[in-house]
Amino acid sequence: MSRRGRSGVLGVFAHLDTTTDAIRRLRRDGYPLTVYSPTPRHEIEESLEAPESAVRIFTLMGAFTGSAAGAALAVWASLDWPLIVGGKVIVALPAFSIIIFELTILLGALSTVAGLFLTGRLPRIGRPEALYHPSFSGGQFGVFAHVGSDRFDAVRTIMTDSGSEEVLLDQA
Amino acid sequence: MKPKLRPQRTEAQEAKMATEIRSVFHPEVRNYEQVNRDAMRLISRPGKGYLALLGLSIAMVGMAAIAFGYQVFYGIGWAGLTNPSGWGTFITTFVFWVGIGHAGTLISAILFLFRAPWRQAIYRLAEAMTVFAVLTAALFPIIHIGRPWFFYWLLPLPSERGLWPNFRSPLIWDVFAVTTYLTVSTVFFYIGLIPDIAAARDSTKEPWRKKVFTVLALGWRGSDREWKNFTRAYLFLAALATPLVLSVHSVVSWDFAVSIVPGWHTTIFAPYFVAGAILSGIALVVSIAVPVRKVFRLEAYLTDLHFDRMAKLLMLTSLIVGFAYGTEYFMAWYSAELFERDVFFDRVFGQYWWGGWSMITFNALVPQLLWIPKIRRNLNAFFVISILVNIGMWYERFVIIVPSLAHSYEPWRFLNYHMSYSEAAILIGSFGWFFMWMLLFLRFLPALSIAEIKEILPPPFKHHPVEALVEDQEERVVETLPTGYEEFERR
Repeated sequence: MSRRGRSGVLGVFAHLDTTTDAIRRLRRDGYPLTVYSPTPRHEIEESLEAPESAVRIFTLMGAFTGSAAGAALAVWASLDWPLIVGGKVIVALPAFSIIIFELTILLGALSTVAGLFLTGRLPRIGRPEALYHPSFSGGQFGVFAHVGSDRFDAVRTIMTDSGSEEVLLDQA
Repeated sequence: MKPKLRPQRTEAQEAKMATEIRSVFHPEVRNYEQVNRDAMRLISRPGKGYLALLGLSIAMVGMAAIAFGYQVFYGIGWAGLTNPSGWGTFITTFVFWVGIGHAGTLISAILFLFRAPWRQAIYRLAEAMTVFAVLTAALFPIIHIGRPWFFYWLLPLPSERGLWPNFRSPLIWDVFAVTTYLTVSTVFFYIGLIPDIAAARDSTKEPWRKKVFTVLALGWRGSDREWKNFTRAYLFLAALATPLVLSVHSVVSWDFAVSIVPGWHTTIFAPYFVAGAILSGIALVVSIAVPVRKVFRLEAYLTDLHFDRMAKLLMLTSLIVGFAYGTEYFMAWYSAELFERDVFFDRVFGQYWWGGWSMITFNALVPQLLWIPKIRRNLNAFFVISILVNIGMWYERFVIIVPSLAHSYEPWRFLNYHMSYSEAAILIGSFGWFFMWMLLFLRFLPALSIAEIKEILPPPFKHHPVEALVEDQEERVVETLPTGYEEFERR
C-alpha cells in the first residue's frame, strides 16, 4: 500500500450502501483509504478486504506466557520455601493449576489489550491519522482518501457520484 | 454469504411492504443519532434527588470508615468474631459481593459469545455493577484480617526471610482469582467504553467534560483500523472472561469445600456457588435497571423483552440453586453422618432458622412466581422479587458460613455468633460504597452502550431494493422488521 499522507479528501456519507459503494470505487482506482463508522459494520470490512487482525497473536502469546509464569512461580516458590506437611508432595500440580489458570487469563487479557493498542495505534496523541468529523461517532460514515492535491478533483467526483453528502478537502 | 437484511417475502408482499425498518429489540429507536442523544441525556446536570442519594451513600461509607477505624484501633475483637466463628459477617459479605459481580460478565462476555442481541442495551450497566461489586468485595478480606497493613503478606513478594505464600492454600487461590477477576473485568469494562467515550467527547458541550473525555477516549476516531482490531480484541477478551467468571466463584467456594467443616465439605459447591452468584447478580441488575429505566425514561432501550429474558435467567438459576439446596439435604441424610445431619438440621430448626428459611423462600420459591407471565411482565413485581432474592442470597452465604462454624463437631465448642454494631455498620457501608460508585458512573460515563446498540439497529440505506420497489406505491405501511436479529441469526 502506498504511503499515507495526511492531505486528502474526506467524503461524509449518511448511508451505509453509499459508503461501501465509494470504498469499492476508490479502491478500484488504488487510493489508500481511512474509513470512519459509528459502529463496526461487516459490510465496510468486506468492502475494504482488510487482512485479519494481528490481535489474536498477542492473545495467544500472552496466554502461554501466563501459563508458564504461573507454573514457574508456584513451583519455584514452593521449592524455595518447602512447607512439608504430612509428607505430601511439594510440587502439587492440582493445587497449582488454579494459579496457572488465573495467570493464563490475566496475562492473556492484558496482552490482548496491548495488542489492541499496538495494532489499533492507540492511544493516539496529537493530530489524527486523517481528517475527522464529530458526526462519525453519531450517525454518519466517512471515507478519507489519502491523496495529494493534484488528485483532489478526481476523488471528489467519485465521492459525489457515490452519494456523499459533503466533501471536505485537507490540503495539509 | 452476506447476511440479508430482511426475511424472504413474496413479490406481492414486498410491493405493499414497509418503508421503515426497525430492530425488534428497539422498535422505538429510529436511527443512530437518537442513540447518541438518549445516551448523552444520562450524562447531564444532576438533580436534587441524585445529590441526596449520593450524599446518603457517602454518609454510609463514612459510618463504615468510623467503625473500621475503631476496629483497627481496638483490634478485631471489636467485631463479633470469636472462636469457633472466625468467619462471620465480613466473609459473608465478601462472598455476597463477589457473587453480585458475576452477572455483569455473564451478560457482557458469555451472552456476547452466544450472540444474544438483547445484551447490548443492558450490558454496560451490568458490567459497571460487576466492577464496583468486585471492588467492594475486595475490601472485605482486608477488613477481615484485622491488621490490614499486613495485606501484602498474601502476595508473592520476595522478602528478606525468603518466605513465600503457600500455593496449596485455597486462600491464596482466592487472592489470585479475585485480583485477576477485578483486573480483567475492569479492563474489559474500559475497553468497551472507549468508542462510547469518544462519542461523548464529540457531542458534549461542557469544556471540562470534553477535556476528560478526550483523555479517556485515547484519541479514538472509529476508523476501520481501530474497529477491526477492537472487535477482535473484544472477542478474545470475552473468550478469556468466560472461563474466568465461572472459575472465580468456584475458587471462592473451595475456600469452604477444601476444609472438613460439616456443611462445607462437599463436591457440589463450585457449580452451586456459580449458579447462586448469577442468581444474585441478575437480581441486582434488575433492582438497578428498573429504577434507572424509570428515572431516565429509557423505555426504548430497556424494553419489556429485556426484562423478560432476565426473568428467565433468574428462573433458571433459581431452579439450579433450589436443586442444590435439595441435594445438600439429601447428601446429609443419605451419608448418615451425624455431624453433617446435625448441621443441616440446625440450619432450619436451630438458632439460625430465620436465615435458613429466608434463603429457601427467597431464592428457591419466590422466583418461581416468574413462571406466571403476568408477574414476569410487571416490572414492579419483578423489582420486589429481585430485592427479595438479594436478601435471600446474603442469607444463603450467612447460613453456609456461620451455622457450620458455630455448630461443628464438638458440643462444648458450640457458640452462637452475633453480628456486632461495627460489623453491621461496615455491612451497610459496603452498600453505600457500591452505590456511590454506581451513581457517579451513571452521571459521568455513558451507561448505554452507544456503539453496540447501533450494531443491532438496521443500518441506514439509501438505495434499498425494497424501498425502491415501493417508491411508486401510494400505500405505505410502516412495519417493524426483525432486521438486527436476523443478521445475528445468520452470522
